[in-house]
Amino acid sequence: MSADTWDWRGAASSVAVTAALLAGWAVVTTLGWVSPVFLPSPQATAQALAEGLREGDLLALAWGTVERMVYGWVLASLIGMALGALIGSSPVLRAWLQPMLELVRPLPASALIPVFIALIGLSPAMVLLVIAFGAMWPVLLSTVHGFAAVEPRLSEVAQVLQLSRREFIVKIGLPNALPDALAGMRLSLTIALILAIVGEMLASQPGLGTAIVMAARSFRAADLFAGVALLGVIGFVSNALLGAAERRLLRWQR
Amino acid sequence: MAGPTSLRRWRGGVLPLLLLIAAEWCLHGVQSDALAPPTRVLASLWEGLRDGTLLGASAQTLLAAIGGLAIGGGLGLLMGLWLGLARRAATAAALSIELLRPLPSMALAPIAMLVFGFGYRLELFVVAFTCFFPMLLLTQAAVRSVEPRLLEVAQVLALNVGQRAAKIVLPAALPRVFVAFRLSVGIALVVAVTTEIATNPQGLGYALIAAQQALAPERMLALLVWVGLLGWGLSAGLLALERRWFRQGAPA
Repeated sequence: MSADTWDWRGAASSVAVTAALLAGWAVVTTLGWVSPVFLPSPQATAQALAEGLREGDLLALAWGTVERMVYGWVLASLIGMALGALIGSSPVLRAWLQPMLELVRPLPASALIPVFIALIGLSPAMVLLVIAFGAMWPVLLSTVHGFAAVEPRLSEVAQVLQLSRREFIVKIGLPNALPDALAGMRLSLTIALILAIVGEMLASQPGLGTAIVMAARSFRAADLFAGVALLGVIGFVSNALLGAAERRLLRWQR
Repeated sequence: MAGPTSLRRWRGGVLPLLLLIAAEWCLHGVQSDALAPPTRVLASLWEGLRDGTLLGASAQTLLAAIGGLAIGGGLGLLMGLWLGLARRAATAAALSIELLRPLPSMALAPIAMLVFGFGYRLELFVVAFTCFFPMLLLTQAAVRSVEPRLLEVAQVLALNVGQRAAKIVLPAALPRVFVAFRLSVGIALVVAVTTEIATNPQGLGYALIAAQQALAPERMLALLVWVGLLGWGLSAGLLALERRWFRQGAPA
């Protein structure tokens, strides 16, 4: 709506509401309505954030979390797309495997963490595997769906041209399944960040997830809010980047 | 849709069954801290169901999930209705929503831990925050997609905002709002279990972690199967309701 005609008044009102929320936060804390033990003022949070980034190890911790999330997500996307293409391009495999995949899908990825801990132990590799495994499902299932939804006439064309299975996947299947796969990857990114945080909390790996739990346990509310804000920034930026990539990759469709 | 598909349906069950038999074969008599043969997992599941521990933990998890959904989803529904009807309010709220929405739910768990301590309130807060946004955005989209002529009718009838929402918009948007509700139930359950695994010592998630730490793989896997069944049953039940109530409704 606001994409075609830049709506100045709308944008200004949007900024005003956000500013008002921040101001409300500041007023509530300066008037002492909420104890600073629970809710630090925005100034204190900003200061903790700036200090942590400048001289503390907040940046290194954030980088650890981002690295974990991105590696796990890339792994999940690659495996999910490859398996999805394999299963989706074959009606036989689809008939045999899809019911099982649908059965595994509603399982919360975090519920697998104890199993992975028992199998691998509390290591960085465990966290990475949990992220990759948990974030793989949306990509896998949406890729299978994308392949299944390929226009039947295109499949007939492929038959007439005597394309091999690999050629069919590369030339017809993947381009058709790309919008679905990208939608799955977007969901996967959110899951990857959450699993990175949970994995860090449980396995005590250096990262923001561990840092905010430690801050909460030692009642350092400003540090806690700074860490949470940074996680929000990571979520926001990664989502925005993927959205931009998505628009660019799918430009040929419009 | 019945008849020849029954044979196809069996085909999907063959591989899981073979895997289970293979697992039973390989793990029989093996002493492991991580895995257990399916029959022992099943026995542990039965044991947990009989002595009530499983049902007690499930009640805790479901209470937190449903309560959090009622709070966060309810607020999201109201706000979605409002923002769907009032264009200007929607533009004004857009930036704040887009800034808050990508905040990963689990990042809030330590804040809730600090404020509320362990217990239901911690979990309710995290679940409510997570369910608020999908419910808000999907309801807003559902209201936006209401046939404009219906809104014109409301204008002609000079209905006020409350009447407009209750008599015209909500019934028209209901199928898609129900889809939003169904998705949010799944999210609420996942978030509740995740919160329990990461921080809150109660419910199914904590039982899972406790079983792992007690080196009781059959109990851990039984809980995993149970959580899966619970999630699957909830989503299947709601999907069936949706098909029954809104047969020609919006595509899921």
